[in-house]
Amino acid sequence: MSLNILEISYLIASLTFVIGLKMLSHPDTARKGNLIAGLGMLVAIFATIFLFQDYDSSKIANYGLIVLGLLVGTIIGNIMAKKVKMTSMPQMVSFFNGMGGACAALIAIIEFRHHDPSLRLSSFDGAMFIMLLGLTIGSVSFSGSLIAFGKLEGKIKDRVLPFNQAFNMAMLLAIVILMVVLMMNNQMNNPLFYLLLVLALVYGVMFVMPIGGADMPVVISLLNSFTGVAAAFGGFLYGNKAMLTGGILVGSAGTILTILMCKAMNRSLTNVLLGAFGGTKAGGSGKEVGDQSVAEISINDAAVLLSYSHSVVIVPGYGLAVAQAQHICHELDQLLEEKGVEVSYAIHPVAGRMPGHMNVLLAEADVPYEKMKEMDEINPKLSNTDVVIVIGANDVVNPAAKNDTSSPIYGMPILEVDAAKNVIILKRGMSTGYAGIENELFFYPKTKMLFGDAKDSLQKLVSEVKEV
Amino acid sequence: MENILSFIGDNMDMIYFLILAVLLGVEVISKVPAILHTPLMSGANAIHGVVIVGAIIVMLQASPDDYVAQAIGFTAVVMGTLNVVGGFVVTDRMLEMFKKKPTIKK
Repeated sequence: MSLNILEISYLIASLTFVIGLKMLSHPDTARKGNLIAGLGMLVAIFATIFLFQDYDSSKIANYGLIVLGLLVGTIIGNIMAKKVKMTSMPQMVSFFNGMGGACAALIAIIEFRHHDPSLRLSSFDGAMFIMLLGLTIGSVSFSGSLIAFGKLEGKIKDRVLPFNQAFNMAMLLAIVILMVVLMMNNQMNNPLFYLLLVLALVYGVMFVMPIGGADMPVVISLLNSFTGVAAAFGGFLYGNKAMLTGGILVGSAGTILTILMCKAMNRSLTNVLLGAFGGTKAGGSGKEVGDQSVAEISINDAAVLLSYSHSVVIVPGYGLAVAQAQHICHELDQLLEEKGVEVSYAIHPVAGRMPGHMNVLLAEADVPYEKMKEMDEINPKLSNTDVVIVIGANDVVNPAAKNDTSSPIYGMPILEVDAAKNVIILKRGMSTGYAGIENELFFYPKTKMLFGDAKDSLQKLVSEVKEV
Repeated sequence: MENILSFIGDNMDMIYFLILAVLLGVEVISKVPAILHTPLMSGANAIHGVVIVGAIIVMLQASPDDYVAQAIGFTAVVMGTLNVVGGFVVTDRMLEMFKKKPTIKK
């Protein structure tokens, strides 16, 4: 009886995951979709706690520890998720993803500890096979996500080791061989199992290490689908339908999402993973621009230029997010609108550190939806734009992507701001963007630089525009 | 080889299930506007937190004298819960930003 209710609960949970994910892909229903999937998750968790029965129902134990674990996780998770700044969202997602991966790997470890291969039904030990896969994928996802987290926090620098790719291939091969050995030489508590754990953890680190910070969203999305697959293996192990649906759904949806993100950057997944940016960093830095000088613009001149133009397009980038300048940016925008200037925002698909990152930030500052234009919509209009203000963006406006075939970002669609009449660039200094390449846009005659912290510069601009 | 084939034969239901779920995932996600990529990834992240169910099952089955299993299981429950709770709350916070759509300041 209770077992049937349990199965029905899992059915409900599975349905909510599918419906929730579907609703999450439309702006109007997204929030409700998230809530529905969350409720389904609650159903699955409580049903498991109260209704799960082992085959010999005597072994049910540890309620106290389970409830304690749930409480601790809920409290910490809630605090972390509530406190995190909007700008740090991507690394938060990466961190939580890593936790899921670790959870899947730990499950495999416990199951392995009392897995007795002599009890298996056929000569192919399916359970063992699934444990090995769950352990490996979960561990890779865990260590990889933490490295991605560290990179986005700026704590870990991009580092390409010599022969990194060759080393990674060798590691992957070693992991596969070790799995085969474990399957062939299947005995209880084979210590090689833990070697596999170590190898998988190291592989996760080495896999993410050489990939440039700008590509982290793609990596996080990929690791996200890895964790989904690891969760599905857990579901396979227990014949648990909720884990299976949730895991596989995320595994396949996550893979598609990863590919969509790559498409937005006009690059293939292999190109991202093999670290094209990292690999060609030294070589393809494009034309010699080092000796050219840039033109600066004073706050005063910038304010006048903006106030007397008809149309202004703001290009936000990661610099805006770091400086927390979205509110003051909106203030400038409103001020200019009052003066009759038409202001819109041009959002590159990969601006910031994640697709949609800028939209979330600007929405937080009450910038209306209609003013945020996607790349394809705004590009044809840029030639009629009087002033483009680039706030802390770099690679997404680099003309080298269009006209320098030797550039590592050649072929990436960009916001064609060089078509506009004037370009003002708010930047802290002359440092390069995440791709690590020079931007010739800065040296164009129509481009003026406004050096300083984005928030600070915008604040000065706002007060200056008020006085014009 | 024969063993692997018989393993597949024994688990045919599961394999059907797997294929259909993969196709469903692909179907559900296609045609998503770029602005929703981040929240969607975050939402999917929360959903794979369902691995917590496995952690709970492991704990329910762990014998009370096996302290190692209890310690690992406890860690798994905490981490799984972090994934679930953190995932859903972060996603909600992101989507909350979008909700302000009608309140355009004048």
